Amino acid sequence: MGRRARFRFILLVLLCLAGAAALALYAMRDNISYFFTPQQVADMKAKNDRRVREGATFRLGGLVKPGSLVRRTDNLVIEFIVTDELRDQKVSYEGIPPDLFREGQGVVATGSLRGDVFHAKQLLAKHDENYTPPELAREMKRVHDEKTGGAR
Amino acid sequence: MIVELAHFALALALVLSLMLATVPMAGAAKGRVAWMALARPMAISLCGLVTIALLGLVHAYALSDFSVLNVQQNSHTLKPWIYKITGVWGNHEGSILLWAWMLTSWMFFLAARDLALPAGLRARVLSLMGLVVAGFLSYILVASNPFLRLSPAPREGLDLNPVLQDPLLAIHPPVLYAGYVGFSVAFCFALAALIEKKVDPEWAEQLRPWVMAAWVFMTLGIMLGATWAYYELGWGGFWFWDPVENASLMPWLAGTALLHSVAALQKRGALKIWTVLLCILTFTLSLLGTFLVRSGILTSVHSFASDPTRGIFILVLLGLTAGGAFLMYGLRAPQIRIGASFRPVSREGAILLNNVFLFTFCATVFMGTLYPIFLSALELGSISVGAPYFTATLTPLLIPFAILMGLGPMLAWRETLPGTLSRRVLVPGALTALLALAVALMPLPGRPFTVVMFLAAGWILFATLADFYRKTHRLTALRSLPPAYYGMVVAHAGFAVLLIGVTAATSWNAEKISWMTVGERLSFTGREVSFLGVRPDIGRNYTLERAIFRVTEGADDPGYYLQPEKRWYPTQERELSETALHLDGFDITYAVLGDQDKENPQRRVVRLYHHPLIALVLAGALMIAAGGLMSLAKPRREKSA
Repeated sequence: MGRRARFRFILLVLLCLAGAAALALYAMRDNISYFFTPQQVADMKAKNDRRVREGATFRLGGLVKPGSLVRRTDNLVIEFIVTDELRDQKVSYEGIPPDLFREGQGVVATGSLRGDVFHAKQLLAKHDENYTPPELAREMKRVHDEKTGGAR
Repeated sequence: MIVELAHFALALALVLSLMLATVPMAGAAKGRVAWMALARPMAISLCGLVTIALLGLVHAYALSDFSVLNVQQNSHTLKPWIYKITGVWGNHEGSILLWAWMLTSWMFFLAARDLALPAGLRARVLSLMGLVVAGFLSYILVASNPFLRLSPAPREGLDLNPVLQDPLLAIHPPVLYAGYVGFSVAFCFALAALIEKKVDPEWAEQLRPWVMAAWVFMTLGIMLGATWAYYELGWGGFWFWDPVENASLMPWLAGTALLHSVAALQKRGALKIWTVLLCILTFTLSLLGTFLVRSGILTSVHSFASDPTRGIFILVLLGLTAGGAFLMYGLRAPQIRIGASFRPVSREGAILLNNVFLFTFCATVFMGTLYPIFLSALELGSISVGAPYFTATLTPLLIPFAILMGLGPMLAWRETLPGTLSRRVLVPGALTALLALAVALMPLPGRPFTVVMFLAAGWILFATLADFYRKTHRLTALRSLPPAYYGMVVAHAGFAVLLIGVTAATSWNAEKISWMTVGERLSFTGREVSFLGVRPDIGRNYTLERAIFRVTEGADDPGYYLQPEKRWYPTQERELSETALHLDGFDITYAVLGDQDKENPQRRVVRLYHHPLIALVLAGALMIAAGGLMSLAKPRREKSA
């Protein structure tokens, strides 16, 4: 490759990357989902934040409140409460939850609010031997620290 | 005692790796043959020592020695023996040890085989690999030691997550790691070339089989992982654009680019500096991938907090390896003579363009995978980037990429005249046009995207086969073509097959979730599914319920049975669904057993999937790997261009 060919090649690469970056940014605009805990959802709803408005997709994380899980028998919906020990959020999901979904365990649900109920389209299934989503672990720790007056 | 011996062997290995990293390197710099000659025996002994360490851990697992913390946390006496062994790499410490062992195994082959490698180059490559090993061994010994004792020894272990107790997952990590780590050979070749300021076709010829071997392992490893996810997770998909999966896809994409550019360098002496950069980049992405998966840079800022030494150690190791290599590249690359020139319409041109595409794919995946991590590290909120991002950004690029893939092999090195090219395009182009016409007359179900993808796959197949025919229709030519050519034909055809499988399975899949009572029937994609019953049973280290479904198509069809299970692993108190699959041609029908109705135990939630042509995904991936393997074969006597 001569000097000019090289210049043209670099230009081509840059164009290609720029095109891909533009595509990527465009795709990201619609396909990013935020992670919130029930407490954050409640706060944001009070402020009418657009990220938790009806129909806006986000991820809700917390513990499945023990005793709250109900499997409806007339349809395929399961209902449960996700809690961060400060606030509760009602969730409904249609289908078969992942194997590790249980009361008292952490869960991350992707979906949107309809009225007061969070309609989950997906419950988290990750292939990881420890199975705690990081943001969930962090939030639970934060809440725990707040409750215990930030012991340490 | 054996554990202490293994631990000691590992410490000894660290010392030896440090010697290997310095003595032969200094020998090569000073031209001392005796020092350089130490590289091979040192590398072989290093492999021996790390093998002893790994076997020591395997031994502890096999005997369920719960006085070893790592064994206690990840094993159990009731676990089937095969999963006791594979449990060695089902955890952080053990898997990093396996990683280091793989690295020394590659060194063993590099040292033991009688290669036509210049002594200086081999000494430098082994020495550099010794440096990488030293980094990893010190990480293992300081922050991630699998040999720590537990006193008093508990009577029972905590067991391995049942999801990981699966035959495919037993071999998936070693195969994938062999791929990840294999790219370290290319990495050290590149650094050695930068030290010697010598990048030439002979260098590329020596390097090429190593890149190819690593890439074949990587391909198979990803394939095994995807297959496992398909039947074990019960979500009816094989690829979720999960960061863990992307972590393996990035080095695979870079490695694929490298594979092509090394060929151009070997045949024509072109793309020198770029190839060296790709070598460094591929292994850096391998390291990044390993760490994303194993350390939890990804799964967490939080695991950093829980064990700060580990997180920081890993970052420093990654930073030193990648940073050092890129620094050397920046300093030395300008001194390397520019590669041979070529016209844009030539094989080199096509390979260059292929590299641009693969690099762009890789950058896109990189962005989608790491952007959320940066945001959360900077405390700017927690987001996730889902599958739609990846499909939206990657599929538009796939079409020009497919066109290029068909054209590339038709082009000659250096230059191809437009007239020649258009003559070669004629037949496959016409066949693709015919396919388009057929599709237009007899519309396929699905979106326009489906049709476009099928046409792209058709074009690749037609173009590859037409080129194969052109080069082989005279029988004498059959013998003179190098194995690499046959490998390429199989791999490219495999990519087309994979494309067809992915497109069909994602556009025509059918899913049904329903309550079913024993004795009930329902119709699903023209089939009749009857629920015959549920039987309890006992497995090796679990109890289970097995549901039996009979699937028939039409009145006379004897049909087949699907028997999904719900298992209960008492040691971990975990429930696990085992899906049931039936392969019919290349189609798969898939059943998952769900919850029970508390009032009526005969009534269950059932999920059914039908994925047309999905087995082509597996077949295509196997063809791609087989193509790579074929091109590793020794060329016949005289080397042909």
